[in-house]
Amino acid sequence: MLKFTLKRVVGLVPIMLMVTLIMFLLLQLTPGDPARVAAGADASEEMVQLFRERMGLDQPLLQQYGSWVAGLVRGDFGTSLQYGTPVSEMILRRAPVTISLTLTATILGLLVAVPAAMAAAYKPDRIVDRSTVFATTFGISLPDFFIGLLLVLVFAIEFDVLPALGYVPFTESPLRWSIHMILPAVTLGAAVAAELTRHMRASLRDIVGMEYMNTARVKGLGTVRVMGKHALRNAAVPVVTVLGLQIRRLLGGTVIVERIFSLDGLGSLIVQGVFARDFPVILGVGIVSALTVVVVNLAVDLSYGFLDPRVRVGA
Amino acid sequence: MSQATGLPGPTAMPPPRRASPSRGFLRRAVTQPRVVASAAALLVLVLVAVVGPHVAPHDPLSGELSRAFQPPGDGYLLGGDDLGRDILSRLLLATRISLLAAFQAVLIAFAVGVPVGLLSGYFGGLLDSVLMKFNDAAMSFPALILAIVIVGILGPSLTNAMVAIGAVYAPRVVRVVRGSTLAAREELYVKSAQAMGCAHSRVILRHILPNILSPLIVQASIMMGLAILAEASLSFLGLGVKPPTPSWGQMLGRSFQYLYRDPFSVVLVGAVISVTVLCFNVFGDGIRDSVGREVPK
Repeated sequence: MLKFTLKRVVGLVPIMLMVTLIMFLLLQLTPGDPARVAAGADASEEMVQLFRERMGLDQPLLQQYGSWVAGLVRGDFGTSLQYGTPVSEMILRRAPVTISLTLTATILGLLVAVPAAMAAAYKPDRIVDRSTVFATTFGISLPDFFIGLLLVLVFAIEFDVLPALGYVPFTESPLRWSIHMILPAVTLGAAVAAELTRHMRASLRDIVGMEYMNTARVKGLGTVRVMGKHALRNAAVPVVTVLGLQIRRLLGGTVIVERIFSLDGLGSLIVQGVFARDFPVILGVGIVSALTVVVVNLAVDLSYGFLDPRVRVGA
Repeated sequence: MSQATGLPGPTAMPPPRRASPSRGFLRRAVTQPRVVASAAALLVLVLVAVVGPHVAPHDPLSGELSRAFQPPGDGYLLGGDDLGRDILSRLLLATRISLLAAFQAVLIAFAVGVPVGLLSGYFGGLLDSVLMKFNDAAMSFPALILAIVIVGILGPSLTNAMVAIGAVYAPRVVRVVRGSTLAAREELYVKSAQAMGCAHSRVILRHILPNILSPLIVQASIMMGLAILAEASLSFLGLGVKPPTPSWGQMLGRSFQYLYRDPFSVVLVGAVISVTVLCFNVFGDGIRDSVGREVPK
């Protein structure tokens, strides 16, 4: 298992290098002279030259890339052009909002998907199954922003039972944190729930027809045990895969959801960065989100070895 | 899926030897109600995009402030927006802009993705492995975040938003094209074309490309849905079209600010976007299922 893990971790290095290379190449597309942008519109020629040297822009490209990556490895994402504070600090300050949002959304998605898929797969093509399929089709096609706006309309405006705006840190008041988290997390989690239900139903359906499921039933095990232990465990691998793929959608969706509910997370940070033409902030959030996706994919890979011992031998 | 409708009946046997494969595929596609329904809806939408702005009852770009938030009726069929502009006229123009924008983005993604995928899949080797590493890395970004990064670097505008969305989805096209090319490369007809001494360019363009078209069509339809969502998201955030030009996302973002006063237009525009995306998805899925049955037993 250790060897398997190590091999996968080392495999991350080229991907991460490519991710930074893509970002670095994109940065070269910046219209105009970055030093001039950084120095400000009415800077003198000497000031621009000073900025150019300080930002290392007079160095060859390859060297610029090297020192930039070396900085990233040390956790140095540069300094915000807008605020003059280190980007890493800004990201760390805002990360808890985005992390709470994506985690809550994932948990909500699982809480809906597992029972729904089990109920649907237990009696294929019956009413429960059909309505589940219908609901998932909708959940997948409805855009995040539409679900969010409808939720705000119904629960915050029409009935005024839940707050539509703002964030309260968990450490400050867990109760108020959860009240503020409900609408954004449901918005973000709806698509996850739909996608998970769909895949879980499909893989459970295959499993329900297997011989060992009959054996379990004939042995006299109850429905809950048969579905929960025998079916669910074997359906886990495809479900974990889908769950891992959701992280990309969640991180993208959080930009929209944070905007709708006025949450100060990473999503709103990058949007503010775009409006302020604050390149280090834009790149910082971009790299952190790609890094998160890569690490989550690694975790999914490793979980295969945990869920299915055959993978470990094969690796 | 309904097996009875799709399988060729006794009349289809024996198949004429040189029948074009696309005919059977089309026949299967039109027997599926959902394909027909979604295709009809999309056709209507395209019609609206082409004709709509010409028959719009009012100027979509300017209005009378006195008619701000006017409820539907009195000349404004769907009411007025925050600046007293006719929502119906704006929606008609927005349909054209959003559809065109999504189409351009998909076009960019395919213009980049198809050649790269073909070359990478056909020649393999070092080129392929470097490109695939690059592709994997590009695909580890969440689509919307990468699009925002690109828009952020190029500067917010509708054109840049389309370039960004095209660039974000190009790696997906590369992956699909490369996969299909890898499979087609091993087919007998490709091997024999090579044995007959066809140039690589001819093998790729005349023998491989036509045979991987069906997965490409499916991909294009689903990607149209994704691109519409992406454009709507970017414009919703204010990173797409510039005012006063309307697009679906821009209208949604704008009316969202007045959600308390005028919930109707938010629901309206949101529903239009959702139904359109749903249609593209259903259409793509239906086509995929029709294509799937083409595999000979």
